[in-house]
Amino acid sequence: MTDAALETLLLVEDLQAWYGESHVLHGVTFDVRSGEVVTLLGRNGAGKTTTLKAVMGIIGTRTGSVRYEGRELIGLASNQIARAGLAFCPEERGIFASLDVEENLLLPPEVRPGGLTTAQVFELFPNLKERLRSQGTKLSGGEQQMLAIGRILRTGARLVLLDEPTEGLAPVIIQQIGRTIHMLKSRGFTILLVEQNFRFASTVADRYYVMEHGRIVDGFANAELERNVEKLHDYLGV
Amino acid sequence: MRSKRPGEGLTIESTDDPHPLARNRVRATSPFQGEVTSPIGKTRMFEIFGIPSQALFGQLLIGLINGSFYALLSLGLAVIFGMLNIINFTHGAQYMMGAFVAYFLLQWAGINYWAALVIAPILVGFTGIIVERLFLQWLYKLDHLYGLLLTFGLALVIEGVFRNYFGSSGLPYRIPDALQGGQNLGFMFLPNYRAWVVVFSLAVCLATWFVIERTRLGAYLRAATENPTLVRAFGINVPRMITLTYGFGVALAALAGVMAAPIYNVSPQMGSHLIIVVFAVVVIGGMGSIMGAIVTGFGLGLIEGLTKVFFPEASNTVIFIIMAIVLIIRPAGLFGRRV
Repeated sequence: MTDAALETLLLVEDLQAWYGESHVLHGVTFDVRSGEVVTLLGRNGAGKTTTLKAVMGIIGTRTGSVRYEGRELIGLASNQIARAGLAFCPEERGIFASLDVEENLLLPPEVRPGGLTTAQVFELFPNLKERLRSQGTKLSGGEQQMLAIGRILRTGARLVLLDEPTEGLAPVIIQQIGRTIHMLKSRGFTILLVEQNFRFASTVADRYYVMEHGRIVDGFANAELERNVEKLHDYLGV
Repeated sequence: MRSKRPGEGLTIESTDDPHPLARNRVRATSPFQGEVTSPIGKTRMFEIFGIPSQALFGQLLIGLINGSFYALLSLGLAVIFGMLNIINFTHGAQYMMGAFVAYFLLQWAGINYWAALVIAPILVGFTGIIVERLFLQWLYKLDHLYGLLLTFGLALVIEGVFRNYFGSSGLPYRIPDALQGGQNLGFMFLPNYRAWVVVFSLAVCLATWFVIERTRLGAYLRAATENPTLVRAFGINVPRMITLTYGFGVALAALAGVMAAPIYNVSPQMGSHLIIVVFAVVVIGGMGSIMGAIVTGFGLGLIEGLTKVFFPEASNTVIFIIMAIVLIIRPAGLFGRRV
């Protein structure tokens, strides 16, 4: 699955982060290659979401190195990081109540050419098209997740950070999100995924990293999954 | 002259109003009957609920004028509170600065009212941007109280400086030539300038509402009000947007100040007298609601005007009585969203 010839798109080295006084990331190091789907696994509180937020620049203090296409992002504000070509879909989805569905969809500005068109987003998520005038937060949980993903695909960002996109959703919608991730991969998007749902992750991921106590403790490719299942159960405590 | 509250200031202090009735306080007990001759022509007097029409419509007009200022000012406060989470107590001083800038432009540079209507808001809005960069930006994460104290202190400083240099007696500002005179509507006399103030401020309010509620830029503002972190992570420079929003809110206050200059005297205290009522209006309407600020502003101006006709003794307090009732029944305000 993994191709050594793929270039490294995101290189995170010795990333440390703090929420106020508490030190939550203790030197996270990993890389994501262009066109890959990489999943961060780990128990609650292991630092997965914090890692995404630290990459995106929306956490108070961070040190270390985050390189995207070779460019150092660590000193940049989150709006500049977004402009570099990264897009973030938060765990709580972040649908705006004071905006209708269309406004939510069109909110993130285009940061680079080459994103999906609005028509293509509707093709992916036909439900959204029928509810353009609804208040964003009146949508069902599944539709909100589609909106949250759909709106960042328009921006032209090549690296998409998805934080637990399947949390709390019905199996049929989880399947739809799985198909979406495959489609994005085939279009050349690169995806960094945080998942608690290991079974879902195994249907989409090329590689895994396992986090514990704010560090990456293990990493393996999807092909090595069988060999690592025992160990993984240990890590995740399932 | 026991008070300088806006409605009364209108009837007593106006210098350029050609209509003789405007120089007298028209009371509910007015003895006027029959026809009154004004320089423009004859207006017919008739009674509504035992009140002479001149008195009723005159006070309604004054109510609309006050309502225009309430609406413009509370709109600015609502916009600022929504984005910055700061209760801008400097708003009255910034309104006063708008009037003074218009006065300076006319006296020192010969720049007329129409140009001042554009220049003064820009200049005063720019001082707002400086205030935001220097002071306010450090307060967003703290309790409301700090922003309130800072802006209140700033208002006192600004007012003190102006009083020091210009005294407190007030300076006259002429109504622009194009808006001199008035219209005889038959049932009342309508000074052109007052009509202009009502129409123009209504237009500005509705334009602001349109931009915030119906455009792309407005969507950024609403979204950033809800979740600034996420909007910023989409690539939008939220801190700059906040700075410009404050500048815009302040510019709205200054615009109201320019419009007020020919009606009320230009004086250092003009803002602090008005702003207390405006804060009551904001509390009644609900902080952060744009249409709420506009509707409540005009509505309360009218209610105040009607009170002056039917129960003049309560006209100074009616807004505060309504505020107390609203606070008991709907603490978030009539149009407030409970967050």
